[in-house]
Parts: sequence; C-alpha cells; structure tokens
Amino acid sequence: MTASEHVLGLGWDDVSAVEERDGMPTLQVAPQRLRELLEILKRDLGFEVAILVTAVDHSPKAPRFELVQQFLSIQNNERLRLRCPLEGDNPSAPSCIDLWPGAAYMERECWDMFGIQFDGHKNLRRLLMPEAYGHHPLRKEFPHQGIEPDRLYREWERSRIERAAEREGQEGVNS
Amino acid sequence: MGSLKEITTTDDESGFMATQVNELMNWGRKNSLWPMPLGLSCCGIELMAMIGPKFDIARFGAEAARFSPRQCDVMIVAGTLTWKMAEAARTIYDQMPDPKWVIAMGVCSSSGGMYDSYAVVQGVDSILPVDIYVPGCPPRPDALIDAIMKLQRKIERENPLKRVLEGPTELDESGTGIFAKAPNMEVKTKRYGTYMGDSGMKDDHSTARAKEES
Repeated sequence: MTASEHVLGLGWDDVSAVEERDGMPTLQVAPQRLRELLEILKRDLGFEVAILVTAVDHSPKAPRFELVQQFLSIQNNERLRLRCPLEGDNPSAPSCIDLWPGAAYMERECWDMFGIQFDGHKNLRRLLMPEAYGHHPLRKEFPHQGIEPDRLYREWERSRIERAAEREGQEGVNS
Repeated sequence: MGSLKEITTTDDESGFMATQVNELMNWGRKNSLWPMPLGLSCCGIELMAMIGPKFDIARFGAEAARFSPRQCDVMIVAGTLTWKMAEAARTIYDQMPDPKWVIAMGVCSSSGGMYDSYAVVQGVDSILPVDIYVPGCPPRPDALIDAIMKLQRKIERENPLKRVLEGPTELDESGTGIFAKAPNMEVKTKRYGTYMGDSGMKDDHSTARAKEES
C-alpha cells in the first residue's frame, strides 16, 4: 500500500488526492489537518527527508497562497507531495522543523520570499534579503525591478558620511 | 627628497636623466597597479585566468593581487553586485589607499546586465566612481588586459603634483571616502510595473506582449 493510499484510508474528509504531476502522488490537505498529517508521515510512513518547502502565489484567486511540501522515503522508495491552501494575505502554517530539522532553511526562505509565517519555527528570520528589507519579493504584486532597491544602501551611506564628517570634526579640534 | 648636490662624476661613470615629476610619478603608478580582486561571480574566473601564467598580467606590472584593500591600487569589480553586497564593496573601496582606480568588469557590474532585478545594483557606478568599463559576459582575459592598458593610458594623463601642491579639491572623491556628489544619482531606471493598489501588474512586459499578439 502506498503512502497516499494509507493517508486516504484514514477517512479524513479534508484530505483528498489531486492530479498527479511528473509521477509524484499529490495530496491536498486543509491547514488545520496539516500538522497531524506531517506527524503521521514522519512517524508511521517512514518519510525521512523533507525535500522541499515552498509556496505558490495564486493572486488574485482565493485562497491566495498554497504551501507545497515534498517528502522522500528512502526505506520505501517513495515520494509524496502535499499542497495546502492558505487563506489571507499574511497567512501562517504549522512549522515542521521539529520533525525534519533540515526544513528550517526552506521555511526561512519561504517566509523571506512569500511572507508565510511558520508557527513553531524558532528562528524565523529572512534568509536571502537583508533583515530590514520591507517586502516579500516573490509575491505577485512585487515589481521585478523592486521598490526602492537602494533604500537600505542609501541609509547606510548617509550614516557613514555622517560618521566620517564627525570624525573629521574631532580631528580638527585635536590638532 | 634630498638636497641639490654638485655632480662630481662624469657621464661615463653614472648617467643622469631629466624628466618631469608628474611623468615620473605616473610612470611608477601605472606600472605597479596592484589589483583588488572583487570576484563576485563568473567574471572572477576570467579574472583569475588573467592573473595566471597563460595571459600573464605580470607583463603590465599588475599581477600582485592582494586580498587586503590596504595594499591595493585598482579595484576590479568582477561580477554581479547585489545591494546586499554593495555596503561591503563600498567599504573595501574606502579602505583602499590613495591613489585608487576602479574597473567595472562585465556587463553585470557595468549596468546590471541581464539582472534587471530588485536585488542587483544596476551598475556599480551608482555607488563607486568607475574608471574603465569592460563589456562582455564574461569578458575574455584579453579584454581585461586591454582595460588595464587603457587605465595605464588614463593614469598617464593625470596630474598628481597638482594635488600634492594644492591639496584635495572639493570635488575630489578619493581620500576622505566621501562623495561630494554621488555619481549617476540622477539616472533612474525605467520601471515597468508599479506596486500594488495602483495599476498593479497591468503594465508588465507579459501583458504588453499579450496585447500585441491579440
């Protein structure tokens, strides 16, 4: 019995099989059931590896975001993809880093690029963009040339020039 | 520099030559350019090839690549400079001693290149004063050698003595590390999309293409 058949056999009405792409069994799961399902995947079905945690922005359709997670079971030679629709512009989803610690970076990247909160993540900081960056670049409304891409640099440059001028003034007093 | 002395020897024993101070200083500077290799992406590989024995930049006195900016004369920005890296690049430039020059190697550092993106600096001349631009993606080592030679021609035209006698001018960008006027500040990149709430994605490339096709 494959893993997706096992999960569907549990009789949950908020988990359903959806169209397979590139030969990978895919399950659609409601966010309130996601955490329970992840624990079953790890504990009972032998999925040792979290291959991918990412998201899709379906804007302007609702629900807007879809969390996509892929898992690999080495002992059963099996892969599984989960799709979890998330409501709202600033959604949150359960974190899985206590089950797969390797997913921590992928969840950080997902937060950085899409702005999806992961409840239970201990260190949910931006991964690629600077910490003070105010946007989530892979959202659909974000223009590809960015919104004031030089803002943080110009702020840094202004403070640097002020510091240099201050230093120059102090040297002038001493000499 | 020493005082004037009477020449006691004859020409046969030890010769002397007459030159101008500017010429002498420029000759020394242009033939001992120590590069700061800021290899940021694939251009860095071509930069290494240029320094290596096959292309042998030692013929032009610029083979001594130093990884401390305090020992460098020419900063070669080789590759894609992101806004996150820009602060580091500017700090390295400020730490280099005077006189200093900058070569923007490859289209990425010259203009942003194919990265028309929120993350990439659209030309390092928006944060640094650039002397030579090298086209290519990446440029061959020959092109970079050509850039070094062009920089040598440029150094020949400089007037270092004037700066020694008159001191740095107000518009002098080097030395203090402060721009009196940031280069290319008035150049704004053309924006195709606007942020949410406005027309949104409607002005995007893909929509324009779809309109043409329909």
